[in-house]
Amino acid sequence: MRPLPSPARNPYWRFLVAGVRGQSAYPLATLAGLTANATFGLLKGGIMGAAVDSSGGELAGYSAATMAAFVWLGQGMLGSVNFWGGSDLQNRIRTGDVAVDFLRPVSVQAAHVLTDIGKGLFALLPRGLPSVVIGLLVSHMALPPDATAYALGLVSLLIGIAVSHATVYLVATTGLWLVETRGVSVLYMSLSGFLAGLYTPVYLYPDWLLTLALCTPFPSMMQLPIDVLSGRVTGADAGQHLAVQLGWLAAVLVAGHLATRAGRRRLEVQGG
Amino acid sequence: MAEVRAQLRAYRAVLASRARSQASYRASFRMDLVGALAIGVIEFTEVWVLYTATDQIGGFTLTQVLLVFGLADVAFCLADLVAGHCDRLPVYVRAGTLDVFFLRPQPVLAQLVTSDLSLRRLARSLVGVAALTVGLVLNDIEWGVGAVGLLVLSLVCGFVIFTAQFVTAAGLQFFLINGAEMTNAFVYGGRYAATQPATVWPRALLVVFGTVFPVAFAAFLPVSTLLGVPGVSGLPTWLGWCAPVAALWAVVVAGLCWRRGLRHYRGAGG
Repeated sequence: MRPLPSPARNPYWRFLVAGVRGQSAYPLATLAGLTANATFGLLKGGIMGAAVDSSGGELAGYSAATMAAFVWLGQGMLGSVNFWGGSDLQNRIRTGDVAVDFLRPVSVQAAHVLTDIGKGLFALLPRGLPSVVIGLLVSHMALPPDATAYALGLVSLLIGIAVSHATVYLVATTGLWLVETRGVSVLYMSLSGFLAGLYTPVYLYPDWLLTLALCTPFPSMMQLPIDVLSGRVTGADAGQHLAVQLGWLAAVLVAGHLATRAGRRRLEVQGG
Repeated sequence: MAEVRAQLRAYRAVLASRARSQASYRASFRMDLVGALAIGVIEFTEVWVLYTATDQIGGFTLTQVLLVFGLADVAFCLADLVAGHCDRLPVYVRAGTLDVFFLRPQPVLAQLVTSDLSLRRLARSLVGVAALTVGLVLNDIEWGVGAVGLLVLSLVCGFVIFTAQFVTAAGLQFFLINGAEMTNAFVYGGRYAATQPATVWPRALLVVFGTVFPVAFAAFLPVSTLLGVPGVSGLPTWLGWCAPVAALWAVVVAGLCWRRGLRHYRGAGG
């Protein structure tokens, strides 16, 4: 009988680890990202704090403390989720390198999504945590009320990162038909952050816009994890948030799988 | 004089060819324009959402902030059109493209600036133009030579300040290999800052964006002078008229950064 493979030899585990290691190779890039992140955080914190102040200390259910948590947790997540819509796969489809990916005896979808999730997870250490620390130093941001909230928050965060990269994978698969997908990426870039709650909480939007946002996977990438992590929702409500996120994760994964299967028949590698 | 004109003709020919090359892939070009416009619209929507959720923020109402947003956005989009691709300097360094620039009998910065002309950035400025127009109509402005002068001054100085930020960033890139994102803090952070009332900034940011990278002079301070809305407490309301000083300072900083960066550059081994 063949011995059971150890997890360290599992190709999918190694894709995840490769993502983490690839990202840890550039410490200066990480410091640079953190500087930009912190500057935007201070600006965002300033305007959002002033908005809460001018509406009498409470805006769409946010206090100064929970708004600060919204700003800094969001800044902390920025390195881990993808709101610009570009990916390795997108380039590999355009250059034709993706043909090699299809020859490998592993799932193209799992390989790309897991590598990106690995990068996103690593970014939590040098970019996520410092952002939250800066937030704690410069503002009175709210923290999760108890251990359960921390645990649920971390799970929600993990699913959020996964939803983001699985959706960007789906965006990249449009290249199997279109080859050049810059326009699609630009469209994704303009909509994703806005509907995910990157700039202002989606609960500030007028009803129709809020409903529209909640009908997309984008809030599952940022707004919902922040809700759970900051203790804005707890208990059964937090469970409901996680269920919504898992639903979207399943939906974008299945869509990505179907698109890969249909698209690989359409793929024409340019050049020779 | 004729010689200068002949030199300028060379740049004009280069820029015209860049413009034509983009418009020739029609579908892609159209999608690019729509995408750029969409980004502008979304950016404005964020401002609109925030200011409709409350009456005023930092002493500015939605109507008043339209002017700040419009002026800053138009100035930035024009600067982006002229110098935005200075952002690509790290790519040029890595690919060896920059080394080619050194071989030609033209200033490296001039070649970098004319190396691209992304027309889609014009589409994006439409949003700023619209916001500015509506702002000018809706606000209670005492029209006269002073008001018009202040607006023109603000647009020109804003354009110069933002262009200088791009060049400063490019100069710093020679030292920041792999840390390209660092300069986003004051280039794109500066753009974001310039569309807001400076009254909401923490002290540290006020120093950074009021003096070192003086984007507060691009829109907020002139608008606060124009409307007579009290700006940051402790500062005089006529400060908006000092935009040219800020622009001059930005240009000096950009010149120093670019020169030092260029001297520091030793080639990428290509």
